[in-house]
Amino acid sequence: MLEPKQTDTYSVQQLILEKKSKKRWNIEKLIPKLLFLTAVISVLITIGIVLTLIFETFIFFEKVSIVEFLTGHKWLPFASTPSFGVMPLVVGTLKVTVIAAIVAVPIGLATAIFLSEYASEKTRRIIKPILEVLAGIPTIVYGFFALTFVTPVLRDIFPSLDMFNAISPGIVVGIMIMPMIASLSEDALVSVPKSIREGAYALGATKLETTIKVVLPAAMSGIVASIVLALSRAIGETMIVSVAGGSTPSMSMDVTNSIQTMTAYIVQVSTGDAGYGTTIYYSIYAVGMTLFVFTLIMNLLAQFISRKFREEY
Amino acid sequence: MKLINKNHVVKKMPTRLAVNSICKGLFFLATLFGLLVLAILFYRIFTQGIGHLNFDFFQNFASRRPEEAGVKAALIGSIWLMAVVTPVSLLLGVGTAIYLEEYARKNWITSFIKLNISNLAGVPSIVFGLLGLTVFVRALALDRSVLAAGLTMSLLVLPVIIVAAQEAIRSVPRDLREASYGMGATKWQTILKVVLPAAIPGILTGGILALSRAIGETAPLVVVGIPLFIAFLPQSVMDTFTVLPMQIYNWTSRPQEEFQQVAAAGIIVLLALLILMNSIAVIIRNKFQKRY
Repeated sequence: MLEPKQTDTYSVQQLILEKKSKKRWNIEKLIPKLLFLTAVISVLITIGIVLTLIFETFIFFEKVSIVEFLTGHKWLPFASTPSFGVMPLVVGTLKVTVIAAIVAVPIGLATAIFLSEYASEKTRRIIKPILEVLAGIPTIVYGFFALTFVTPVLRDIFPSLDMFNAISPGIVVGIMIMPMIASLSEDALVSVPKSIREGAYALGATKLETTIKVVLPAAMSGIVASIVLALSRAIGETMIVSVAGGSTPSMSMDVTNSIQTMTAYIVQVSTGDAGYGTTIYYSIYAVGMTLFVFTLIMNLLAQFISRKFREEY
Repeated sequence: MKLINKNHVVKKMPTRLAVNSICKGLFFLATLFGLLVLAILFYRIFTQGIGHLNFDFFQNFASRRPEEAGVKAALIGSIWLMAVVTPVSLLLGVGTAIYLEEYARKNWITSFIKLNISNLAGVPSIVFGLLGLTVFVRALALDRSVLAAGLTMSLLVLPVIIVAAQEAIRSVPRDLREASYGMGATKWQTILKVVLPAAIPGILTGGILALSRAIGETAPLVVVGIPLFIAFLPQSVMDTFTVLPMQIYNWTSRPQEEFQQVAAAGIIVLLALLILMNSIAVIIRNKFQKRY
């Protein structure tokens, strides 16, 4: 057999060596660095949020003492002698969150149990997209719904209810976070292996007994994490409480009166005419910081719960 | 050893089965509750808003008189916002996802970035507004422009796009990559010509869902200071503008009864836009998704 001429053919090794010397290898080294930079941007956003909040809150605390902010029981920023005690805003936020939890946790959990334990594959395929639609509705639409439907209906039942109150936005925030609890809890329930359920059936347990005594405890970490995440979403919810909650910061535990949440205060200042550099302008950062700390703690808690208490099968 | 008392078990059986069926019914009712709320919500908004929904509604700017109020500036504004958010968030999001899935080594920097992204997803949207107000509106002096609002919104939806793109890239099977390497392709060639085309349907689906979140979001734009009432169209990304949710918020918070119907008509337009985008996402998912 004739030896092929060296000029006509390459050995693979030569081919690679030649390619290696060309520009392409510079691109190979450049691309990961560029992509790393885009990944770093997400970290920069967090740093940006934290620094923004810290700096502007610091300026606020030069004008208002931190002790007054954290312990004061009056939030009257627009009064002639303003007072900045954040507690009424926190109370307003917590009232809405608790009502939302009362609505969303039982219904969300029951929906999750129905979908994962009782529903047929066909039913599940119809209901899950509908829940996704419910989760995808913009919050301003929910706000409109709370103000123009839920509040009037509630006022027909309880005539003493104010036009703006805690209970109507609370219920609607609950409806908003319910699909989140249902969907994440369902994931947790579905991931419990079938063999455990069958073990319970073999011992003569009914479907309900199996669900409550075997499946739920096994999926508990995922369920609790989903609830904590959903409540963190409820705390940060803005438009529903701005539209239907009113703008009266209050310490009272009464849910029938007008309230103001942390988020609704930020909206009130942003849509008002408080000038740049005023104490009121900086107060939204202090309130934003409080909100950020609340939600960050809850998010970290949810991650901790789902990692620490996860049952591995 | 205690033996099971058969009579005892038999006696209890009907109650246990009854409780089981009752609870099944309750669980089903709870599931129906969500569907019922959705039905009421759609019905209410449709009946309130349909009367205002005519050709003029799309032609008119916002007005003090409810019968003349229209959605033109807001609808065009929402499209301008999308024109900024789409390229910025997709570029950053997909870039980050490629880095995390293909290049990142398992070290503390990578796990820090991942932890950071999952926490960023839980930050309330209004806090992103505060960031946008400080960095884009004030520090970079972009004022209340389309660009400032678009960048703020891009940061807000970034975590959603990253996670969706990561999942799409992860689901591309190893064999495809190995085959590409086997043909002598470099890592970047493999990513660009093999992995990304295979992952595009997943990335697009996630991207559209993230954008539909951006189109319905109000709170960060309120904080950034986007005006609630405007009667002109933006000419460039540096102009100020308004978007559909802001316009709806403006109409909702007016005391006159008629404006609630205008708000409902605005909501119909917004929901129609969202349904359109989601349908495109579903079509892409069904049409291009390959099973490996």
